[in-house]
Amino acid sequence: MLKSLNKTLLGAALIGVSFASDAFAETTINALFMAQAAYSEADVRAMTDAFSKANPDIKVNLEFVPYEGLHDKTVLAQGSGGGYDVVLFDVIWPAEYATNKVLVDVSSRISDDTKKSVLPGAWTTVQYDGKYYGMPWILDTKYLFYNKEILDKAGIKMPPKTWDELNEQAKIIKDKGLLATPIAWSWSQAEAAICDYATLVSAYKGDFIKDGKPDFQTGGGLDALKYMVTSYKSGLTNPNSKEFLEEDVRKVFENGDAAFALNWTYMYNMANDPKDSKVAGKVGVVPAPGVAGKSEASAVNGSMGLGITSASKHPDEAWKYISFMTSQATQNQYAKLSLPIWASSYSDPAVTKGQEELIAAAKVGLAAMYPRPTTPKYQELSTALQQAIQESLLGQSSPEDALKSAADNSGL
Amino acid sequence: MSGTSMTTRAWLLMLPLLVVMIAVIGWPLVDTVGLSFTDAKLVGTGGNFVGIDNYAKMLANSNFQRTLITTAWFAIVSVAAEMVLGVLAALLLNQNFKGRGVLRALMILPWALPTVVNATLWRLIYNPEYGALNAALTQLGLVDAYRSWLGEPGTALTALIVADCWKNFPLVALIALAALQAVPRDITAASLVDGAGPFKRFRFVILPYLVGPLMVALVLRTIEAFKVFDIIWVMTRGGPANSTRTLSILVYQEAFSFQRAGSGASLALIVTLLVTLLAAAYAALVRKTAGSAT
Repeated sequence: MLKSLNKTLLGAALIGVSFASDAFAETTINALFMAQAAYSEADVRAMTDAFSKANPDIKVNLEFVPYEGLHDKTVLAQGSGGGYDVVLFDVIWPAEYATNKVLVDVSSRISDDTKKSVLPGAWTTVQYDGKYYGMPWILDTKYLFYNKEILDKAGIKMPPKTWDELNEQAKIIKDKGLLATPIAWSWSQAEAAICDYATLVSAYKGDFIKDGKPDFQTGGGLDALKYMVTSYKSGLTNPNSKEFLEEDVRKVFENGDAAFALNWTYMYNMANDPKDSKVAGKVGVVPAPGVAGKSEASAVNGSMGLGITSASKHPDEAWKYISFMTSQATQNQYAKLSLPIWASSYSDPAVTKGQEELIAAAKVGLAAMYPRPTTPKYQELSTALQQAIQESLLGQSSPEDALKSAADNSGL
Repeated sequence: MSGTSMTTRAWLLMLPLLVVMIAVIGWPLVDTVGLSFTDAKLVGTGGNFVGIDNYAKMLANSNFQRTLITTAWFAIVSVAAEMVLGVLAALLLNQNFKGRGVLRALMILPWALPTVVNATLWRLIYNPEYGALNAALTQLGLVDAYRSWLGEPGTALTALIVADCWKNFPLVALIALAALQAVPRDITAASLVDGAGPFKRFRFVILPYLVGPLMVALVLRTIEAFKVFDIIWVMTRGGPANSTRTLSILVYQEAFSFQRAGSGASLALIVTLLVTLLAAAYAALVRKTAGSAT
């Protein structure tokens, strides 16, 4: 009798506990991600499921938009009174988001230990004016991919170390009739073109902005655009590059129609997948080249971070989620899609196995990551530069004139 | 029942609709007008009153002028082509032949597809590396090398116009076909007896029946073409070198990408005004032609 009473009490207590936890439970947070490249939608869902299992009291609603819609969707949601607690943001937006109070300053939430363990280059993704506006999540830069088979056939022993060498090797390939247009870029009127341009600006040691004023019209900025125009006019570059986005570059490369291609990390494992690609097993990757006497290698910071919006009513839960998504354990598990932000991950065989070549390129590239300018007017600057690049490629105006009018229209 | 109470009842019946209309159309319009006189950002502060500054700057901006010309060209050429194609298709589908029903159903398909799907489809067709258009043209011997249709300023706008026509001529065809069915058989038969050729028969017997409905199609299509956004955004994003940037894309960039809500509002109102003027001009034209037809 006593036993059964005990049981009943225990049962009642248990029910009570489960009710209590139910009552406290279910803080729902909304998160906005992008539906492409790096981590796929399925992977983000899998990571989130793992988080929910560890934190049953927090429910996460996921939403995915293409990269092109990420910025505007975030800003619009904020303009109409919020909606998202956690947003994915590109390295070019923290200045604008911080100035317009879209993201909250999370400097105090990041421990000194974390600050030391994450690669220094990764932190530039989330910083503006000395403050931290989130955690870096996708660490990315553009690499030079090459087709080993085509280089072999052309008798080229080593992939190029400088941008001039790239042209020389491309010319050999073209002259031998292996490919009519060996190099593929993403020069469509979009942010993609700015990433390629910024990679070259970093190689030529140029500046986007100096003392708050545009500084790309002369020096490295001008050299970079001149290089693009020369490469385009020489016929070494695939002329369709001017309407390519990264995915077009990937398709051309995977079809064996390019000997060289500039693209993000994600292309490495996709181009090596025989299901998808005709060049699987022949994909080489090196850091983007440098310029003799100026730089050893070049790289643009194309990383992205996760931040908390100022409209969020659950910043603590949002931070818990961000901490989980950016943790070393989660990142190592998905390292085939996007390299971790944690320095020690690069000596972990679980991360490096099967992609030693990529890791070797990453060690150089990630250290050289060049930031696109941090200015609240970034979108305007970028739009003006996109126009300048396309006008120069099409021969509508000289690189000098095009960059000068871009500087005038940059809003700076 | 007296007249006044009828009127009151009519107003009462319309009241819910009026409230909704004011809430979803009237208020945003007033708000936009207010916004257009400020330097408000999309997020953050409300902005200061700047008078007609936004309008003056926008109208003097060479980007705006160039975009206006691009938009007008897009609207004029695509609408003209859609009207001609639409009427021709309607005349064909009005004939008696086998498989007419199937063809009628098929024709409406492009119009029924969402614009984004349509645009993605045409992007694939125009693809400079693997596109169907290049493949077809080279196999027919019309071009000797694959071309970048959306990457050249000389062809990009035309390529977009073709895609837009393909999507929208079925609407014109549908309206024209409905009008054709209303042409009395005995009149066309009589014109045959009188010895009118196909052209004369179309011009003097059939066309008068088509004018009214076609004007409706013309107004609808012109307004839509003037506001074109999605098909261009998906296919070229305004490129190459801004050669396909239309007014709506400019509004979008100004208001959302650059976050200048005030300036964007002024631009949106300029577009609204232009479209309203066009619609009014057409309406006057319709009244005139309708008057002369009867």
